[in-house]
Amino acid sequence: MNTLSFSLAICVTSMLAGFLGALTGLGGGVVIVPVLCLLFKIDLHYAIGASLVSVIATSSGAAAAYVRDGYSNIRIGMFLEVATTLGALLGAYLVAKISANWIGVLFGVVLLYSAWASMHQSAAVPKNVQKDALAARLNLRGSYPVQGGKEDYIAEHVPTGFGIMFVAGTLSGLLGIGSGAVKVLAMDQVMKLPFKVSTTTSNFMIGVTAAASAGVYLSRGYILPELAMPVMLGVLVGSLAGSRVLIRAEVRTLRWVFAVVIVALGAEMMFNGFTGRL
Amino acid sequence: MPATDQRLEVAMGQMLRIGVTVAALVVLAGGVLYLFHASGPPPDYSHFHGAPAAQEHVGSIFAGALRSESKSLIEFGILLLIATPICRVLFGVVGFSLLQDWLYTGVSAIVLTVLLLSFFTRR
Repeated sequence: MNTLSFSLAICVTSMLAGFLGALTGLGGGVVIVPVLCLLFKIDLHYAIGASLVSVIATSSGAAAAYVRDGYSNIRIGMFLEVATTLGALLGAYLVAKISANWIGVLFGVVLLYSAWASMHQSAAVPKNVQKDALAARLNLRGSYPVQGGKEDYIAEHVPTGFGIMFVAGTLSGLLGIGSGAVKVLAMDQVMKLPFKVSTTTSNFMIGVTAAASAGVYLSRGYILPELAMPVMLGVLVGSLAGSRVLIRAEVRTLRWVFAVVIVALGAEMMFNGFTGRL
Repeated sequence: MPATDQRLEVAMGQMLRIGVTVAALVVLAGGVLYLFHASGPPPDYSHFHGAPAAQEHVGSIFAGALRSESKSLIEFGILLLIATPICRVLFGVVGFSLLQDWLYTGVSAIVLTVLLLSFFTRR
């Protein structure tokens, strides 16, 4: 295989990962890292470096589209970014301290959780409002468009949400992924924000979180330009296509297919980690 | 006030779109150049050696990109991409201060500081 076909193969695979990642809302990073490691035999550090670059691209690209719809909340996003960026710095620092095999095992756990979370997306209607003094003082509230008007919301359990966001940031910096599933957990389940608000605000935050680890990744040499190039372009194109299809298609079956793929990748990452092959 | 809040969001969204588009085009240009000159099998990526030392300095990336060296051009695009969300946070600092929301001017400034820290702390 020469360099051209190698790059094209990675690009096409990345497109598929980005496409499925957008359809399921998990993001392309969570698939592309194990695929690069297991299928293309690329070192884990280079894989997470390339993935992190693609995560910044897709997050920023998609956020630009979401902002206009009026669902994302820039104050809640900015406030929680304090937690995610600090976590991301810690995560990026830890990459050099933890062996690739343990990172692989952790990656497997996150993949399995993501698969589970993607099948249990509850569209629970938050029945507010138990007054949260901290949320009020920090102005963590807003309104979002519903049929025939606007509905108000305010965040709950702010300290717990902030803490989970720190963990989400750490995972993002450690694994080179957006960790959208964990971010949505914090905002949707803990802070009781409306589902559309938490998913779009989460997407908004992913790019900033990833940028916080990117500085560390660059100085450590995790980001190889010629490898990041096909991954970034592929995932970007794939996810833009995926988010268009999402509006029209019924994605239940695809979601199942993707969950099975993720479980398989997660199991193999864990197996390779435990047997010391990464 | 809601009107200006929304204007800030829209401005942020446009900035993101422009940043990602420009970055992707620069990476694509570098990628085409790289593949045009590439021959033989791809390098072995199965073991970690870090990136070439010269690429760790922003100055040499600029210089290389100006000389149309493919890898420097790609890396320059990647730097533009990383700068995009950082600019968004900078937008937040400026935007919230224009809205006279000092609490969130401060919050944005903290996030910006953390981001800049990551570029100035080595190892």
